[in-house]
Amino acid sequence: MEKSIEVHNLTVSYHSKPVLWDVDFSLPMGKIIGIVGPNGSGKTTMLKTIMGLMKPDSGYTEIFGQPLDKVRSRVSYVPQRESVDWDFPADVMDVVLMGRYRKNNLFRRISKDDKRIATEALEKVNLLEFAHRQISQLSGGQQQRVFIARSLAQQADIYLMDEPFVGVDAATEDAILQLLQEMKNQGKTVVIVHHDLQTANEYFDHIVLLNTRLVAAGPKNEVFTKDLLQEAYGGRLTVLSKLGDLISTEEFPLREPEFKENKPDKE
Amino acid sequence: MNPTLSIALVASFIGVSCALLGVFLVLRKMTMVGDAISHAVLPGIAIAYWLSQSRASLVMFVGAAIVGVGATVIIELLRKKLRVQSDASIGMTFTSLFALGVVLITFWSDSVDLDQECVLYGEIAYVPFNLWIINGTSYGPIALWSSSVLFLVVLVYLIIGYKGLKMTSFNEDYAMVLGISAGLWNLSLMSMVSLATVVSFESVGAILVVALLVAPAASAYLLVQKLKPLLILSAVYGLLGALGGYGLSKLIETSIAGSITTVLGILFLFSLVIQITIKTKKTVHALES
Repeated sequence: MEKSIEVHNLTVSYHSKPVLWDVDFSLPMGKIIGIVGPNGSGKTTMLKTIMGLMKPDSGYTEIFGQPLDKVRSRVSYVPQRESVDWDFPADVMDVVLMGRYRKNNLFRRISKDDKRIATEALEKVNLLEFAHRQISQLSGGQQQRVFIARSLAQQADIYLMDEPFVGVDAATEDAILQLLQEMKNQGKTVVIVHHDLQTANEYFDHIVLLNTRLVAAGPKNEVFTKDLLQEAYGGRLTVLSKLGDLISTEEFPLREPEFKENKPDKE
Repeated sequence: MNPTLSIALVASFIGVSCALLGVFLVLRKMTMVGDAISHAVLPGIAIAYWLSQSRASLVMFVGAAIVGVGATVIIELLRKKLRVQSDASIGMTFTSLFALGVVLITFWSDSVDLDQECVLYGEIAYVPFNLWIINGTSYGPIALWSSSVLFLVVLVYLIIGYKGLKMTSFNEDYAMVLGISAGLWNLSLMSMVSLATVVSFESVGAILVVALLVAPAASAYLLVQKLKPLLILSAVYGLLGALGGYGLSKLIETSIAGSITTVLGILFLFSLVIQITIKTKKTVHALES
């Protein structure tokens, strides 16, 4: 089986504290893959290192068997929604068009082709009617969809998304899930950082369970076992299991406020 | 050339150039870095002036601009590598460099004809007397040449760099993943700010140049929400500030640089009032309907 992403003995630290410790795994192609783990387990750091935004202390990552620099045009990134200032003076179309910016067209005008591709991307996330709306006037879910549309406009082969389901409404969640299936059917690979254990099981085909060290990586039925989850989430899981058997009953929403707010692995 | 006209032109070129660059400083939340640069160029000006023995020489502009960019590099190093808090690293860097400049100027006071008054407040009223003379022929005030060249350079830079600046100001990480060097874009903007500061410094001084960088952009940002109109309105505010300020200073016979800044402050208040009025009207409208 061909590999989309390979992570080799990766150790990354933030302020000389290790966030990822000797993590080693590889991911398949054409699947929807979740990187799951508790708060501060290094999920975002993992994604940022793969994207070359953080430098590892040791180890390396490869995409499609090559270093990132060789395959940049095939890789797309959806950062956390909160990582930008949505008061920036731009409309939806402006942001989506940024998905067409490249190192070598930065000094040229935006082409008709770029506009067509951006329009198609907006259509896919059901935001075409909002094309000329100020980004500051969007809801959280709409902002997230704008980011995904920008990423789609890149026409990449692999998409890495950082917490795209945080703080979005049900309609957006459905829209994103539907889109993910479409992308998968086209043979694209999607890697998603996700903290919500409950939904992780239904969203992903393949799961990387992380807690500074790698707990497990594989198809979800192999990874989503009580023992492994216990290992990743430790004491927190025990507390939760008292409230109901977490794994068998899938209704319990693991949406504590701390999961959204205190993210030590976020800069 | 008519002295009034040349002062008005210099003030306008400087005002508009700073107002345009200021938009990106405000968007990047880096206005204090602009402040830092405007002070940090002082040792560069002193050294370059001491070396070339003339004000407004090319050596001076380039030398001082390099020190300004150096200051931003030092700030980044302190912040990222040594983990000094961002505001503390700005505070440390520019005060140290400014102090070095003051020491150098007083140390070389015999040979360097720069006084601290001029450094802090500038004196645009002297513009018509500082002529560019080659072989006995006068080519007009030096400041008029430097400020008009500055204006052209800034304009060309913004036209060429529009997409890159927009992208890296909005979402640096995303730009970097696309292979666009956010660091280089930042450095280029800082170089421009540095250049603008050096050119403006003689006219308005190290303190008031910050107002030229920040006030027009911050005022315009209250009223418009698209980047191009924002740049245009900011430039208009820069121009109004320059001409309005000069007019005011003639009217009540006071410091030109001080009047320009006062007018910019009034424009900011004016924008604030308009913004609040629009908001209230919208709310009332929404409640009524």
